[in-house]
Amino acid sequence: MSAKRLKGRMYPIYFMIPALVIYIVIFIIPTFSSFFYSFTKWTLTDWDFIGWDNYKTFFSEPSLRIGLKNTLIYGFGTSFGKVVIALLLAVLLTKGLKIQGYLRTVIFFPTLLSALAVGFTFKSLMHPTTGLINTALGALGAGSIHWLTNEKIALFSVMGIDIWKGLGVATLIYITGIQSIPKDYYEAAKIDGASGGQSFRFITLPLIRTAMNSVITLSLIGGLRNFDLVYSTTGGGPGFATELMTTVTYRMFAAGLYGLSTVGNVVLFLIITAIAFPLYGYLGKKEVEM
Amino acid sequence: MIGGKGKKIRTVLWQAFAVFITIFIYLIPFYFVVINSMKTKKEAGLMAISFPAEFSLTQIFENYREVLTSSKYLVLRAFKNSILLTVISVCLIILFTSLLAYIIQRRQDGLSKFLNFLILAGLIVPVSIVPTYRLLQSIHLSGTLFGLILVEVATQTSFATILFRGYFPNIPRELDEAAVIDGCGPVKLFFKIMLPLAKPVISTVIVLTALHIYNDFTNPLYFLPGSKNATIQLSIYTFYGMYESSWNLIFADVVLISIPVLILYIIFNKRIEAGMVSGAVKG
Repeated sequence: MSAKRLKGRMYPIYFMIPALVIYIVIFIIPTFSSFFYSFTKWTLTDWDFIGWDNYKTFFSEPSLRIGLKNTLIYGFGTSFGKVVIALLLAVLLTKGLKIQGYLRTVIFFPTLLSALAVGFTFKSLMHPTTGLINTALGALGAGSIHWLTNEKIALFSVMGIDIWKGLGVATLIYITGIQSIPKDYYEAAKIDGASGGQSFRFITLPLIRTAMNSVITLSLIGGLRNFDLVYSTTGGGPGFATELMTTVTYRMFAAGLYGLSTVGNVVLFLIITAIAFPLYGYLGKKEVEM
Repeated sequence: MIGGKGKKIRTVLWQAFAVFITIFIYLIPFYFVVINSMKTKKEAGLMAISFPAEFSLTQIFENYREVLTSSKYLVLRAFKNSILLTVISVCLIILFTSLLAYIIQRRQDGLSKFLNFLILAGLIVPVSIVPTYRLLQSIHLSGTLFGLILVEVATQTSFATILFRGYFPNIPRELDEAAVIDGCGPVKLFFKIMLPLAKPVISTVIVLTALHIYNDFTNPLYFLPGSKNATIQLSIYTFYGMYESSWNLIFADVVLISIPVLILYIIFNKRIEAGMVSGAVKG
């Protein structure tokens, strides 16, 4: 029997059918047909092809357009926060401290909680008059801040909650990266008189490139796609201050404006693919071989 | 060692500082939710971290009972729906994606390469709501638990396949060949030899996809709306709408829906941590 026929017999194609049918029918085909839907207008029973009208409406309506800007701020802001803070935490957590098991558990656990549970908790912690955060700040002499109800800061408050919740995974990815660096590198550097800062800059940082790339892509894509945390804390408000592409998509969907809703979806799809695929390529090139 | 003592003091100070910070940022919020779920409506409305003025087991019991039984057992029914949704989806995911990942990994041909790309796309691309909704409608599955299960399976396929695909290289091919020479067919080879050897990764996939699906809010919101079939994440939203000023009940609900997650984490913490890292890095 030839090797090829043996392979065909041992690993039959039909094994893949159940997963692929569901994946393609429920996920891939809708992704492509969303382009078509975005050029249509729906009534209860019928649809009309209306060309670019949905896109025109979408970009001329400030309450919809704002979702685009906020999504980018949210995605890049939360990603940046996680990339930096998690790196500091990971360095701290690989120093061989006695309490690192405790720290790891405490920081990681919120990752597993649902966005709704976290959202409602922070909604109360950030309550303008009785919330714990303002009470604590008040004790320090600061005035009360309307974390989630002031148009200027609501988006940043939700981003803060997102970073709080998502630090755990990012930190763990870094820790795995740092632990895979051979200890002798640091010892050699120490013998040569390198300071702790220099070791970090010239050994740790280049060699955790892979880990950092994972953190960047994972948190960026997660941030751009976020829906439930915003929905449970501000619902897109006050006004439209915290609308994202995903909340706009939902708002239009709930109003029965399927064409406009799909435009939100398609624009988000385009943003994410335009960022994610080049990012994979670019970051892939910068990795250092160990 | 020179400077050993200074270094030791520094380490202790670092640790004290770290503990101090985490108390404020992480432990107080957890404690805050739990303690307020035990208070009366009026006291919880103050949103303080103090101990309940009158600590009584009856009050605690009453709060939790009310959460579970109010508006015709909404939360209790939601637990049932969520468990059903999670268990069925996870079973399908394990069976289907292990088969898919096994063939992709073992064949390593042009088709595998294409499928790898297609699977990776699932980690990046957001669900297209309206087309999916219309599709489910056209096959009469919109608003049904089964329709939602299909969506959950489809959206978790990428993550699960990537974890499985990363594990199968650990099982040597020589084993497959030996089994085939002994007259083992492909079905028997997979189910009798491969799957039992893949137990570690299976449990990782079970725990992680179960957590994802249990915590999912967006897909149920779109594809299984209405309070009759509400899943647990949807029910807390409905519940918040009805009891906006009863923070004691809202916190009790937050505690209740987080308990299954906490239990999973206590039992499988190493597996969850390792699985999340490898899923992210291999993607």
